[in-house]
Amino acid sequence: MKHTLSVLLRNQPGVLSRVTGLFSGRGFNIESLCVAETLDPKVSCLTLITSGDNNVIEQITKQLHKLIDVLKVVDIGDGDFVEREMVLIRVSAEAATRAEVLRIIDIFRGKVVDVSPKSYVVEVTGSHAKIEAVINILKPIGIKEIVRTGKIAIARGGAHK
Amino acid sequence: MSQITGAQAIVKCLMEEGVSTIFGYPGGAVIDLYDELMSSPQLTHVLVRHEQAAVHAADGYARVTGEVGVALLTSGPGATNGVTGIATAYMDSIPIVILTGQVPTPLIGNDAFQEVDIVGITRPCTKHNYLVNNRNDLVETIREAFYVAKTGRPGPVLVDLPKDIIKADIDFEDRKPIRLQSYQPTYEPHMGQIDKACRLIMEARKPVLYVGGGVILSNASEELRELALKLDIPVTMTLMGLGSFPGSHDLSMGMLGMHGTYTANMAVAECDLLISVGARFDDRVTGKLDTFATNAKIIHVDIDPTSISKNVSVDVPIVSDCRKALTALNNWFNNRQDISIEDEKSKHQQWFEQIKRWQQQHPLTYIEEGEKIKPQYVVEMLDKLTDGEAIVATEVGQHQMWAAQFYQFNSPRRFLTSGGLGTMGYGLPAAIGAKMARPDKVCIDIAGDASIQMNIQEIATAMQYKCPVKVAILNNRFLGMVRQWQELFYEKRYASTTMDFAPDFVALAKAYGAVGLRATRKSEVEDVIREALAVDTFVLMDFEISREEGVFPMVPAGKSTTEMLLV
Ligand SMILES: Cc1ncc(C[n+]2csc(CCOP(=O)(O)OP(=O)(O)O)c2C)c(N)n1
Repeated sequence: MKHTLSVLLRNQPGVLSRVTGLFSGRGFNIESLCVAETLDPKVSCLTLITSGDNNVIEQITKQLHKLIDVLKVVDIGDGDFVEREMVLIRVSAEAATRAEVLRIIDIFRGKVVDVSPKSYVVEVTGSHAKIEAVINILKPIGIKEIVRTGKIAIARGGAHK
Repeated sequence: MSQITGAQAIVKCLMEEGVSTIFGYPGGAVIDLYDELMSSPQLTHVLVRHEQAAVHAADGYARVTGEVGVALLTSGPGATNGVTGIATAYMDSIPIVILTGQVPTPLIGNDAFQEVDIVGITRPCTKHNYLVNNRNDLVETIREAFYVAKTGRPGPVLVDLPKDIIKADIDFEDRKPIRLQSYQPTYEPHMGQIDKACRLIMEARKPVLYVGGGVILSNASEELRELALKLDIPVTMTLMGLGSFPGSHDLSMGMLGMHGTYTANMAVAECDLLISVGARFDDRVTGKLDTFATNAKIIHVDIDPTSISKNVSVDVPIVSDCRKALTALNNWFNNRQDISIEDEKSKHQQWFEQIKRWQQQHPLTYIEEGEKIKPQYVVEMLDKLTDGEAIVATEVGQHQMWAAQFYQFNSPRRFLTSGGLGTMGYGLPAAIGAKMARPDKVCIDIAGDASIQMNIQEIATAMQYKCPVKVAILNNRFLGMVRQWQELFYEKRYASTTMDFAPDFVALAKAYGAVGLRATRKSEVEDVIREALAVDTFVLMDFEISREEGVFPMVPAGKSTTEMLLV
């Protein structure tokens, strides 16, 4: 089962490697990982997608807590949350397909952010499933390059539980 | 607030922490700190002969005193030599602070001479570590390092000190209470859980206390004793827990696990309640997991939440300091006027009789063979001639298990052994550290002929500091423990386990100016030990033991703990 963990960390040098070292050293897996500063520059927020049964997730959560630099771990998969991913796609846009690419991007509420004679760079944000869908639809037209962010997530309603 | 050098500040911090002895080895990166130590007569610096030994000695010091041990190493190779010691302390949750020198901050990352990323290297084997790259953080970091090392589940903490920071002028601020928002260990048990645990104890007819190093680390022996005696609950200890409950007490079943007693392993297999305190269900204890304590409800007390339900799922988890949890359990029973303690005890009477039967059927034993020296006999003699009062360190191998089985540890902080990592070469430096801390105590390193050679250079340290440690080598001219596995599971193919060459240990001891004694027959053993204990200097005893003696009982790796090979 996939889980999305939101981890607040003291923003110290080497802190990311403490987290990734924990995962590799104990054989837990990381599917994606996203880190950035929070409003408080001394604190970073790391959003991490991992998988495992309940025991594994419990160990991961406890082990993360045990790191001296970790302030808080929330398994946001547990509750109601909004998740977003972003993708930048360089898709071929020849005379025959230019219009179709625009239509597709429009359906996915994406944007064209760069234009050249034979390709567009488009930007799409959304859930993991939506990103997968847009990629699948653009594939036959010709994707030249793709860059994806990891997933970020936030609980709905009030603040962090 | 006053301006002093980084080196002076470090020394002041050590004094604040009550440190009186540190173990180390100098080099370019820490030369300024050493210079400062020379004018700090309140601090004894012990110059070891290899940095690994500095860390083991600090570890031994910490294990016998309960205080934080300190090691000081130079950058690069000095620091990497210390890594085995650090990992050893980490696996056994021993509070030590390791100070390492580092190249000056402007050179970090440039592959400078003797530069190594020791913070990166030790990240997975320290509780926490720091690189001080700002002079204003120096004092606070060292204070925090001590705090982290000794609180919660203790462990080694490393502080990497660049040379320019050691030389810098810094402001020394007064000490403030340390509070880390991201690190707040739970000490107090949850009373609801204590209540649940006590109800399970009341229901049990066949309870067992399974206790580990956590009881020793939290100084909970008295409270453990109170609980066990109050309700007549038999106790088994892990290797790390030996001494937390008196080994010679009627309720003690001795050690459990791979080389545990028949009684302890049978009792755990058949108990209906397992009360685990400060132990972590290590594979050497549980054997095959799906057959471990299958009939039992499990209560698990540990200060580290990650230890709970890691290997075995438990019924009543209690995240707490062991001493506080045991006190709470005792109080629960003490405050219940409606419960008759005598009735509670009598519920365990039949169980206790069963345990006695197991003990009679299969006590710890060995076969005597005339004048051949049996290693178990040597340990028994050491026990007898020191009244079971010595501090015993060990190396790793068969001798370690014989020490655990045949020396009766009746109080905590007497048995120093590398349980988690199993580090050969641990014993001699640990014994030196222990003797420095407790000069009033007899300190013995029970060693194998192979392990002793891993840090044998430390005899020089012992001699220099007039540290009269006694070493007892149970010499089988084999890598005995590995040989035993080869004998049992690899058709006696002794691949690289025969020590075809060894020094003359007695002559070697003499070369260091120490006393060397040898026994080749059983009748000589007692005299050798008496003589060793009588002289106030370092003594190395070489016992030529029966070579292919095995350690029994033995649970083969991966088997159920009831599938024991017996003598
Ligand atoms: C540093 C290190 N290397 C290798 C091992 C693997 N090992 C475990 S016991 C053992 C043999 C120890 O021989 P010795 O010290 O003579 O003790 P004995 O078993 O003969 O009593 C070895 C090689 C280890 N535990 N530690």
